[in-house]
Amino acid sequence: MEETVQYAGATGLLGSVWLLVAIPLVSAAILLLLGRRADRWGHWLGVAAIGAAFVLGLAFFFQLRGLENKSVELSLWDFIAVGDLRVDFGLLFDPLAAVFVLLITGVGFLIHLYAVEYMAHDAGRRRFFAYFNLFVAAMLLLVLGNNYVMLYFGWEGVGLASYLLISFWYGRPSAATAGKKAFLMNRVGDAGLAIGIFIMFATLGTTQYDEVFNGVGALTATTVLVLGLLLLLGAAGKSGQFPLQAWLPDAMEGPTPVSALIHAATMVTAGVYLIARSNPIFSANHTLQLVVVSVGALTLLMGCVIGAAKDDIKRVLAWSTVSQIGYMFLGVGLGGGAYALAIVHLLAHGFFKANMFLGAGSVMHGMKDQVDIRRFGGLSKHMKITWLTFMMGWLAIIGMFPFSGFFSKEPIIVAAFEREDWTAWLFGGAALLGAGLTAFYMTRLFVLTFHGPQRWTEDIEHPHESPKLMTIPLILLALGSIGAGFLLSTSVPDWLTSTAGLGGEHAEHEAVLSHAVITTLSLLVTVLGAGLAWFLFRAGTATAEQPAGVLVTAARRNLYADAVNEAVFEKPGIFLTRALVYLDNRGVDGLVNGLAAAVGGGSGRLRRMQTGFVRSYATSILAGALLVMAAFLAVQAGWLV
Amino acid sequence: MTELKLPSIDYAAIAPILIMLGTALLGVLVEALVPRRWRHLVQLTLALLAVLAALTMVVLNADERIITAGQALAIDGPTLFLQGAILVLAAMALLLIGDRTVERGGAFVAQAAVTAESADDRRQAEGRNGLTEVYPLTTFAIGGMLIFVAANDLLTMFIALEVFSLPLYLLCALARRRRLLSQEAAMKYFLLGAYASAFFLFGVALIYGFTAGIPGRSAGVDFATIHAAVSESPASPVLLFAGMALLAIGLLFKAAAAPFHVWTPDVYQGAPTPVTGFMAACTKVAAFGALLRVFHVAFADANWDFTPVLGAVAVLTMLVGAVLAVTQTDIKRLLAYSSIANAGYLLVGVLAPSRDGLSGTMFYLVAYGFSVLAAFAVVTLVRDADGEATHLSRWAGLGRRSPFFAALFTFILLAFAGIPLTSGFTSKFAIFGPALEGGQAWLVIAGVLTSMVLAFPYLRVVVMMWLSEPGESTPTVTVPGGLTSAALMIGVLATLVLGVAPAPLLDLATGAAEFVR
Repeated sequence: MEETVQYAGATGLLGSVWLLVAIPLVSAAILLLLGRRADRWGHWLGVAAIGAAFVLGLAFFFQLRGLENKSVELSLWDFIAVGDLRVDFGLLFDPLAAVFVLLITGVGFLIHLYAVEYMAHDAGRRRFFAYFNLFVAAMLLLVLGNNYVMLYFGWEGVGLASYLLISFWYGRPSAATAGKKAFLMNRVGDAGLAIGIFIMFATLGTTQYDEVFNGVGALTATTVLVLGLLLLLGAAGKSGQFPLQAWLPDAMEGPTPVSALIHAATMVTAGVYLIARSNPIFSANHTLQLVVVSVGALTLLMGCVIGAAKDDIKRVLAWSTVSQIGYMFLGVGLGGGAYALAIVHLLAHGFFKANMFLGAGSVMHGMKDQVDIRRFGGLSKHMKITWLTFMMGWLAIIGMFPFSGFFSKEPIIVAAFEREDWTAWLFGGAALLGAGLTAFYMTRLFVLTFHGPQRWTEDIEHPHESPKLMTIPLILLALGSIGAGFLLSTSVPDWLTSTAGLGGEHAEHEAVLSHAVITTLSLLVTVLGAGLAWFLFRAGTATAEQPAGVLVTAARRNLYADAVNEAVFEKPGIFLTRALVYLDNRGVDGLVNGLAAAVGGGSGRLRRMQTGFVRSYATSILAGALLVMAAFLAVQAGWLV
Repeated sequence: MTELKLPSIDYAAIAPILIMLGTALLGVLVEALVPRRWRHLVQLTLALLAVLAALTMVVLNADERIITAGQALAIDGPTLFLQGAILVLAAMALLLIGDRTVERGGAFVAQAAVTAESADDRRQAEGRNGLTEVYPLTTFAIGGMLIFVAANDLLTMFIALEVFSLPLYLLCALARRRRLLSQEAAMKYFLLGAYASAFFLFGVALIYGFTAGIPGRSAGVDFATIHAAVSESPASPVLLFAGMALLAIGLLFKAAAAPFHVWTPDVYQGAPTPVTGFMAACTKVAAFGALLRVFHVAFADANWDFTPVLGAVAVLTMLVGAVLAVTQTDIKRLLAYSSIANAGYLLVGVLAPSRDGLSGTMFYLVAYGFSVLAAFAVVTLVRDADGEATHLSRWAGLGRRSPFFAALFTFILLAFAGIPLTSGFTSKFAIFGPALEGGQAWLVIAGVLTSMVLAFPYLRVVVMMWLSEPGESTPTVTVPGGLTSAALMIGVLATLVLGVAPAPLLDLATGAAEFVR
């Protein structure tokens, strides 16, 4: 790095940035500690806390715009100070953090509003909001920390909240299992991140962002590669990327607002944030960037293929999340100016995916919690607002002009084509193919749900539209899906250039195809995919699973990722556990119990020497005295020699 | 005929000793002159005031570093620290001894033939004429201990040993309940104590012989002479080593180290519980105070010769205490074996040849004294119609009946087991640390291993108290009067405070840890 990274201290209004974390955290604590006493009004406290955080976030954002260097650091106290290790409890508010704060609190506020109504009939609504606010606090800490330990703190916090919320209905075995699965798979990634942080401390002696970024240049290429791969492992775990993607679709067992906020709009994008934040590390090694791009491209195609074969509305959306985050990884892997493009796509995705998840929740609300798209159909007549808002989300995600997805995804595809020689064709082609597949499976979802013949189960007579408290957030998010893309793609990249390391110019290489050709091509594949899906599914589909070819069967089985996990990790793991338990029971316990028995037996025998007779006591004292004398004299004899 | 010169005596420096012995004499007069119904109050007040006054003098003398009364008494850092410790612990023991609410008429009687709960016994208790001779006896013993830790020659040390031992033999025999057991214990203690005293005296004689040969110096048993003789005397070192061994046996007997511990379980069990607490806390301080002085002052230069032998004794003591504690069924015997094992740990501290070892040992003595007195205070409270219920099976389910006292006792047991945040942890650390630095790793390993074994009997009591259902025979815990409560709370709080913030006392001990010679 030629230029050094330096952050200014926070003054004035920005000195209270910590309130962003504190407010949701305190509200979560109140909700948890008061227990049932807060049942009647607890949800409104949760909403108000996030609303307040959003207003504060906006105020901080405008304050930040007025600053020259557009980044402030706030060191609250020494968090850890042991030997050479010094970790601040410090916050960093810069353009990258600011857009995340606005996304988390803004979209979070709308989803909170929605959840008030969605969870109205659930006995655990207060607990739900407590966990929800805990999540927001942890997520804000994650994006606001000024060092990797703070990030890790928030990282684990969102992991905990995610676990608690996935298994929110812990009475259901499937929810409890999904929670555990998410938690365990995240551990794998988190271990990578933790080791990465250890390496930073071992090689650079610090975990502060500015000091790490300034020191990367001095590291060997291998160290940077290992460090980057470990961070990538962490990012892949949190963001559901290959090879740690299997937990995310199962996470849909949680309540729908959770899926919308945590497992679509915000938490799962933490991996993208990590890579964007650590861009000086990733930009320092080309192999590393290649790995990131490959992971992104592979995952985005996997997500599309599996998404096309699923019949559960939330799982299709979950796989589309996996796929869209794949686009973002592709973006951050390309480096340079593509970092900003990935962030733009992340923001746009936050809106349209939250929109569609809430729409899916609205559909389920009206259809007695049915999630199978084969049992929907014709809902456009009955749920007009849900239908129209979902349509905005659908058009946005498939990248139709002029919806937000077009403005955010298109530049990533173009950037992929700007790589050197054959990799341009490989990654550009993958991105383009992904766009076509996305159009196909999202159109399939949309058509099967809202159009075509009714295939409802017998118990449903009149699906009803959801109440206002649910539809208003839908409308607002739909507006975001329409307009946000254009606004974001024009202003955010400029705004982000003042973030450390994100200001680089991209495209050292000419694109292998001209910009216009790529745009035309991507619109073409989108229309083709959407048209094909509309043609195939306009008349509905069978309500039971049909026999299918190899590819569809594989896709239905999540491309056998679960089977691989089971064979490679679960089975040997269980075997290892059993072996250790056996060793513990027989070996360790045997030794311990044997020793205990020996001591007890020895004690029982020695006790008999305590006869109670003075004569035997005196004898034993005499014997002892003789022994001690003999020993002293023996030592003395040795001394003489 | 040579002129007899009176040695100069610094009366201020030895004031604590004079106060205690004077009070004891006064106590005898009180027995004779004060009406019976006032005696208990007067005697207890007198004894406590004397302890307080002596303690004040110790504090005022804190910077004194002299040898006075000829070569007989050394008033230096360790003396003052240990005298202070004895006085504080003795005050707690006096509170236990003075309690009359738990047992009507107090725990002590002098009439051997009267059966407990008989008409005679009841008349005696109602007349409030319970035994008050116990106070002068206790003050005599305290005075003897104060001399014992200050003694700078072997004869003074021997006299002091007898001064505090003889009252203890008597005190052991005074239990109101289970009188035969009590008297048997006193008899055993007396016989074996006399036996051990003989070893001690014989040792003194041999050492006197050893010092006789130094040119230009008269023979003597003061520590300076012995120290000089160890490096200079032309006499056969057989005399020195045999004498040292016999001397050590006399002292190790009082300290309850194996194989001279045999009296301990019987005496601890038979003696009235407050007296047991007094012995476990104060006698231990006195005995180890003397051991420290003898080996650090008189025989310091024979360091390499006595360490292996005493080390072996320490390991044996730890092993015997820990292993035998495992199968005990009586809480007082269990605490006796625990006390034996602790004597082993203290020996490790004695053998650590450094200032830290000395201060660690002194810290351990204080910390252990507080805990053990609190433990015996709880034992006095767990009773049924026949007095204290000391059989362990009777303690099952005590946690359900009296959670407060069970919790206190649990805390004390955890301290004995050396769990962090209790003084048991900090004091073991204060001893094992210097021993390790002094190259005595084998002693530390033995110490840690036996601590593990010892944790079992302690935790067994904890498990019995909390996890067993209370049975028909589970006794109740008597709500104690003010005196016992005070002693108990002081002991528990000290155990906690010394576990959480040991630094002030450790600093005090380190500041005091230098002998004058």
